[in-house]
Amino acid sequence: MAQNTTDMNNQNTGNPVLSVRNVSMNFGGLRALSEVDLEVRPGEVVALIGPNGAGKTTFFNCITGIYTPTDGEVTAYPKTGKRKRANGVRINGMRTNLVCELGMARTFQNIRLFPSMTALENVMIGRHCRTKSGILGAVLRPAATRREEQEVVDNSYELLTKVGLEKLANEYSRNLPYGAQRRLEIARALATEPFLLLLDEPAAGMNPQETEELKQMVIRIREEFKVSVLLIEHDMKMVMSLSDRIYVMEYGRIISTGTPKEVSEDPQVIRAYLGEDDDA
Amino acid sequence: MKDTLMRYVVKLVRQALVASIWLSFLTLPIMVIRVDTIEQTVTWRWMHLAYMAVGSFVLALAWYAMMDRRDRGQAKKDLETVERVSALSQFLSDPRFAKPLMAFGFLVAAAFPWFFSLYQTNILVSAMIYVVLGLGLNITVGLAGLLDLGYVAFYAVGAYTYALLNHHFHLGFWAVLPLGAVLGAFFGILLGFPVLRLRGDYLAIVTLGFGQIIRLVLENWGDFSYGPSGISNIDRPGLFGINYSVEQATTYIYYIMLALVILTIFVTARLKDSRIGRAWLALREDEIACQAMGIDNTRAKLMAFALGATLAGLMGVVFAAKTTFINPASFTFMESAMILAIVVLGGMGSVLGVILGAFMLMLLPEYLRAFSEYRMLIFGATMVLIMVFRPEGLVRAKRKVYKINVEAAG
Ligand SMILES: Nc1ncnc2c1ncn2[C@@H]1O[C@H](COP(=O)(O)OP(=O)(O)OP(=O)(O)O)[C@@H](O)[C@H]1O
Ligand SMILES: [Mg+2]
Repeated sequence: MAQNTTDMNNQNTGNPVLSVRNVSMNFGGLRALSEVDLEVRPGEVVALIGPNGAGKTTFFNCITGIYTPTDGEVTAYPKTGKRKRANGVRINGMRTNLVCELGMARTFQNIRLFPSMTALENVMIGRHCRTKSGILGAVLRPAATRREEQEVVDNSYELLTKVGLEKLANEYSRNLPYGAQRRLEIARALATEPFLLLLDEPAAGMNPQETEELKQMVIRIREEFKVSVLLIEHDMKMVMSLSDRIYVMEYGRIISTGTPKEVSEDPQVIRAYLGEDDDA
Repeated sequence: MKDTLMRYVVKLVRQALVASIWLSFLTLPIMVIRVDTIEQTVTWRWMHLAYMAVGSFVLALAWYAMMDRRDRGQAKKDLETVERVSALSQFLSDPRFAKPLMAFGFLVAAAFPWFFSLYQTNILVSAMIYVVLGLGLNITVGLAGLLDLGYVAFYAVGAYTYALLNHHFHLGFWAVLPLGAVLGAFFGILLGFPVLRLRGDYLAIVTLGFGQIIRLVLENWGDFSYGPSGISNIDRPGLFGINYSVEQATTYIYYIMLALVILTIFVTARLKDSRIGRAWLALREDEIACQAMGIDNTRAKLMAFALGATLAGLMGVVFAAKTTFINPASFTFMESAMILAIVVLGGMGSVLGVILGAFMLMLLPEYLRAFSEYRMLIFGATMVLIMVFRPEGLVRAKRKVYKINVEAAG
């Protein structure tokens, strides 16, 4: 499957869309990440798994500019338009909004929507970096601004239909059910036209049926929007059936990587998950 | 049904009774016992105890009943959606009613100086200045969520810009008006830069300090600002070089202010529902998510500070021209607090709310003058009551419902 999709929407053959080399992150004395290597190729769904506190969210924060890694290289290879650069863009230490503008959009483990804005407006915020009307446009409302506004509304509504939330478009996002909030975060991220979608535990708190629907949705999104997906998830059933490749993290290190099958048979992974003590 | 009502009443009465007994007991020494040190007697005024008990019982009963109603209203409101808004705001947002209502309001405002005294017109001009100040601060605090306690500093910048330029170079009102706005924006950005990384309490403290610094500079740098004695004989706005009386000047300023108020309402209402306005809201709601979704926080913040300060600078010029005399005493922290109260009581983020808030907070103290020394007490109590019963302000900010072009959305 991985091979298949890679061929299908690969525009810059050979290059990954994201390449992380040797990244470390220290918080004072605490080493939350240590020498992490990771790669996401075009059209792939890659999962990052590991026990609680392994450093997965910290890793996301490092590659989206929320933290600046203490050490190492994070390089993105935007695939379209003027954002495209042959030898990639170094993004460690880049400002968060620029990383997003480059085409890497994320969701948050502890949902971070804009609670007193409607579902539609939440998605419209995602369109911000792809539109440009300013103060003068807002006040005078020339035809160009009105057209842009209507496009933003229509595009955002369309994205809501893609995640099945069109009926709740005018609902305050704080009033949405939990599962809907998670899907809304994904729609908002998609609105920024990313080439790489970063999902931090999208199935957390969902029941098995919702999780299954989410899985189908991610598959659809990957096909339709030609995005690669990097996903942190604890639900093993979902991870195993959805991902092309898996990275396993423990105490800030990548301890194993490979296809779902390879990883699930790796003794190191089994030990990390079952907490088996070999010495002591 | 009858049973629950009965239980509800009993609960209320019991609560009120407890409160009343407590209060009577606490106030016993001052209300009942009077020691006359000359006659060496102690009088027990038991009637006062009865007054106290009955009075506090009635007040407590009313208070608890209202609190109860509010709590039940709150529970209902939590389920409320955008479509189910109150009848009043539905009425106001319906163009069939809103348009004539606005036209009527405009006509009343336009005719006002011809039917009312100079005193009333003057009060209304002040109130309108505060409407614009409130709408300006509403951008910074209400929309972008940046708590600015030194807002009055920008007001002072505008006022001193006109006063000094008029004093030294005899520049007229109309020449300085745009300059006041530009300088306001400049100082807004000047304050914005150092506080970009601050939020909440820290931001409030720094902006508070900024307001104080401007006032202290004006007070102490005598060579520049003429210190606490201020600047007098500032020119009123010019009208093609025609000489006119004080009354006519007031009417003239009234119309200038009316135009500026309408302009400000227009601009802020449009900004609120624009791409920039949404970015401010996102910034207020969740700064990290906002930035992660590609919004440049720095730009959005500086814009919010600058636009708010622009309006304050503009109003400063009008204020100086209206009073023809300014000194630093007009720009104390109390002013900032007042403008903030307008925004909070009116309803953060709501244009209509801020307008109502400004009129209420400016006109109430004026018309309460009849109550002389109780004036401020009633004023304060009103503010507290509003906050208790309408914690989101007089008018709750409502989000626009966008029209979706279904064909395009496919
Ligand atoms: N800003 C910070 N300052 C100090 N320590 C931090 C900070 N952020 C994370 N940590 C620490 O880094 C470690 C990794 O945390 P992280 O949130 O990345 O784990 P995680 O793998 O996402 O876990 P979970 O599965 O529970 O979400 C934890 O020990 C955490 O306490
Ligand atoms: Mg995490």
